[in-house]
Amino acid sequence: MSYLEHQIKSVPGGARKLLYVNWSLVLLLVAIVTIGLAMLYSVAGGSFSPWVEPQAKRFIMGMVLMFIIAMVPIWFWRNMAGLAYLGSVLLLLAVEFVGVTGMGAQRWIDLGFMRLQPSELMKIALVMMLAAYYDWLDLEKVSRPFWVLLPVVLIMIPTALVLKQPDLGTAILLVTGGGIVMFLAGVHWLYFGAVIAAGAGTIYTVFASRGTEWQLLKDYQFRRIDTFLDPASDPLGAGYHITQSKIALGSGGWAGRGFMEGTQSRLNFLPEKHTDFIFTTLAEEFGFVGAFSLLALYGGVLILCLGSAMVNRDRFSSLLIMGVAATFFLFFAVNMSMVMGMAPVVGVPLPLVSYGGSAMLVLLAGFGLVQSAHVHRPR
Amino acid sequence: MKQQDKDLDQSARVIRRRALVLGGLQLGFAGLLTLRMRYMQIDQADQYRMLAEENRINLRLLPPTRGLIFDRNGVPIAENDQNYRVVVVREDAGDVAAALERLRALIPITQEDIDRTLRETARRSAFVPVTVADRLAWEDISRVAVNAPALPGLHPDVGQSRIYPMGQDFAHVVGYVGPVSDYDLSKLEDPDPVLQIPEFQIGKVGVEAKLEGDLRGKAGNTQIEVNAVGRVMRELSRTEGQTGNNLQLTVDEKLQNFAQARLEGESAAVVVMDCQNGDLLALASSPSFDPNLFVRGISSADYGLLTNNKYRPLANKTVQGLYPPGSTFKMVTALAALEAGLVGVEDTVYCPGHLTAGGRRFHCWKRGGHGHMNLHNSLMQSCDVYYYDISQRVGIDKITEMARKLGLGTRYDIPMSAVAEGLTPTKAWKRKRKDADWRIGDTLNASIGQGYVLASPLQLAVMTSRLATGTDVTPHLVKAVDGVDQPRPEPQSLGLKRSNLLGVQRAMFAVSNNRRGTAYRSRVDDEGLRIAGKTGTSQVRNITKAERARGVFRNEDLPWERRDHALFVGYAPAERPRYAISVVVEHGGGGSKAAAPIARDVMLAAMGDGMPDLKAYPAAHRGAAKERLDALHLRNRPAPAKPKTRA
Repeated sequence: MSYLEHQIKSVPGGARKLLYVNWSLVLLLVAIVTIGLAMLYSVAGGSFSPWVEPQAKRFIMGMVLMFIIAMVPIWFWRNMAGLAYLGSVLLLLAVEFVGVTGMGAQRWIDLGFMRLQPSELMKIALVMMLAAYYDWLDLEKVSRPFWVLLPVVLIMIPTALVLKQPDLGTAILLVTGGGIVMFLAGVHWLYFGAVIAAGAGTIYTVFASRGTEWQLLKDYQFRRIDTFLDPASDPLGAGYHITQSKIALGSGGWAGRGFMEGTQSRLNFLPEKHTDFIFTTLAEEFGFVGAFSLLALYGGVLILCLGSAMVNRDRFSSLLIMGVAATFFLFFAVNMSMVMGMAPVVGVPLPLVSYGGSAMLVLLAGFGLVQSAHVHRPR
Repeated sequence: MKQQDKDLDQSARVIRRRALVLGGLQLGFAGLLTLRMRYMQIDQADQYRMLAEENRINLRLLPPTRGLIFDRNGVPIAENDQNYRVVVVREDAGDVAAALERLRALIPITQEDIDRTLRETARRSAFVPVTVADRLAWEDISRVAVNAPALPGLHPDVGQSRIYPMGQDFAHVVGYVGPVSDYDLSKLEDPDPVLQIPEFQIGKVGVEAKLEGDLRGKAGNTQIEVNAVGRVMRELSRTEGQTGNNLQLTVDEKLQNFAQARLEGESAAVVVMDCQNGDLLALASSPSFDPNLFVRGISSADYGLLTNNKYRPLANKTVQGLYPPGSTFKMVTALAALEAGLVGVEDTVYCPGHLTAGGRRFHCWKRGGHGHMNLHNSLMQSCDVYYYDISQRVGIDKITEMARKLGLGTRYDIPMSAVAEGLTPTKAWKRKRKDADWRIGDTLNASIGQGYVLASPLQLAVMTSRLATGTDVTPHLVKAVDGVDQPRPEPQSLGLKRSNLLGVQRAMFAVSNNRRGTAYRSRVDDEGLRIAGKTGTSQVRNITKAERARGVFRNEDLPWERRDHALFVGYAPAERPRYAISVVVEHGGGGSKAAAPIARDVMLAAMGDGMPDLKAYPAAHRGAAKERLDALHLRNRPAPAKPKTRA
């Protein structure tokens, strides 16, 4: 902390801060959201309602939020990390326990203009918390077992709460996102190798036990796993959606069928066509060119964040930037793998494109933090 | 300060190194996604384009085959028939109205069909097939199949439809199926998806409805690929459904047919039961109707004919019709008094033709009176005063207790619609329902099966079975489900005193076989087939004092709906009871004249494998019997002697 205080005079102040904002990143985000709005317009059958209008409003709100966060010095946010984490855990607990008994199994908190899902908030709060933790921790302690266990517990608490909801997609994002921050902070390779090996070993043992006397899971649990791994075995449910999703994607071809011309998307085969499966509409209507363009924009965001993190000498800042970028990456990587039939269907939206308020606001707030770190970086 | 700088530099180096690794991995994964996109959208684009454009994957539910229903000998009562039809799928057809016009040029369909189809397609999802016309001839369906390319969205289809080869014989027992209605769906909490299939048939009444769960089976599904004109290209996957369970009923199809034919022209019911094990062998209710009409969707004209008929063809009189049992109830009163030890078998009562109780005069059917009556003679000649007298001594509660013991006033658990509970009154019941005290006159009326007492023909058959065997035999309708015989509890003794039961049985034998018995005219000559029984005539009107003074109207002089009900209950062979029967002829007049002859014919048919043996009739009756039997409209006569191969 002292380091930052010494450099404080070199940080821009007042309105001049706006000049130091990473404007290329802002431009990329606006481009991505614009694509999202166009797709929402298309899946609504050429109408601004019911999705484009509220989504645009929330985007403007999110941009304002992003700039407010960006203008606040990064050391303030670092000091807020613990509070943000604690607050998010409490909110998760609130919807878990109060929600079930008092509010009728709600997973969100009504803010009046939108419904906030604490699990979305948690994704950024966890990254902040872990970044602050490693900012505080001496480098030589990073790989010591006790100091590794502590962040693992910090990750597991919200993950367990989210799994109980149950929200597998968010749980995967939290574990992987948290793990990535730990990896960046310099935790020894062997820990990650061990975890991966142990996970694979457990899965192997469980499956090897199938049909033997010491079977670890009940038969019906195995059948559920089968359906999960092979959706085609459930032709009335997930399998049908994936098949249709792949047809929509593949039939887009090089240049697609043109805006609002996708036949598959018109067939109402997907209940989530405006949220989790929106990428299929883009791929069908704009083809490989359109789908790749979106992926390139996403890649651009990652590269800008990587560059910003590389030049930032503040440990909290670079961990935070990379953490937010990793969360962003996980969003689109999981979503795209899912609609392309490379991963089982878990509810993860396409970031900044899928319809939905919480995810967009939280992501833009996260990029606000990235901007703040960028503006207030030590020079 | 310097140390800190160094530390920070080192930490920044670690982060940079790892950030580069991570960034590389992320971009690598993005590259992988790009490759996958390229593979799907460029390399395989044609294939997917074809799937999207020319081919559509349809998921179709395969309706399960409904279980069949057989009689006790394996003769089919309810079967499934191939039904050729044309269905339209809105999303394939585009303009449904135009498609139907094109179809009309090919096969005969009515404007009504077209209007209904347009309504249905508008209401349902675009991919749900809607039936345009069914029960098409093979030529018509072939014409549609051949012209399929010119008829996008219209598909020939073959389904199954219920058919009842026995026509009206089993309309009341088996009931019928019909298309699922919104009302049916609203009654179910978690409807089977198969019910969403248009025209899917479910049981509406009778066994078809009550055992729907056994009969329906489970739906399968198939994923098929069809091209733009709707031709099925190939089947991608298929999960077979599960056929419903076949049912075997205890009913004997030949006996049922005979009973139904014998009742033709009457508003009547006959129940024949195996009095040893409770198997229901025939449940005939007349008039009946053709259940096949309902499967197709009955026209309002036909339905009007059924509902406006004063003989009520839609009512199943065997289990839901309730009648005052009249004199057939006298066995109950007698046994109640005998078992209570208040009356002996040989005790006599003097019958002067009437009895005064509670300030009212109660008349015997015989104006001049029967003179001195014991149990045997009172039952044989159906003297009322004897029962008025003993009922005052035993009281209504003991009579009701005996009635319930013998199987009245109970709803039997057989899978038919609207099985009635009947009524065996008690003092408490009258207090609660009529808000009045029980009077002695109520007991007297009940003692001869009038007043509040009500029973269904089924209950009367059970009562007769119990009188014949002295056990608590209960009725059964289902013999086997899916080839598995249904368990039947072994009937247990009712614990009636042997001499009392024997006294009643001997009197019942005399009713049909003693020259003075009320059913002597309907006796059986063959000693091995003789019937023991009891006639009953139950009033449906009060006879006023004035009318009695003037002379009671004869039934023939009254309008139909004011005439007495005619009843007969009996069992045979009298020495070794095997079958029990109850006959109720609504407003048929006297039991000995209207009901006993029917009972004799049906009983002899039961003992003669579906047709009475003429030699069993007294010689003087044979000519008339032959004439009567020859005139019956039996389904297949002469009965084919083919061995039964179907099971």
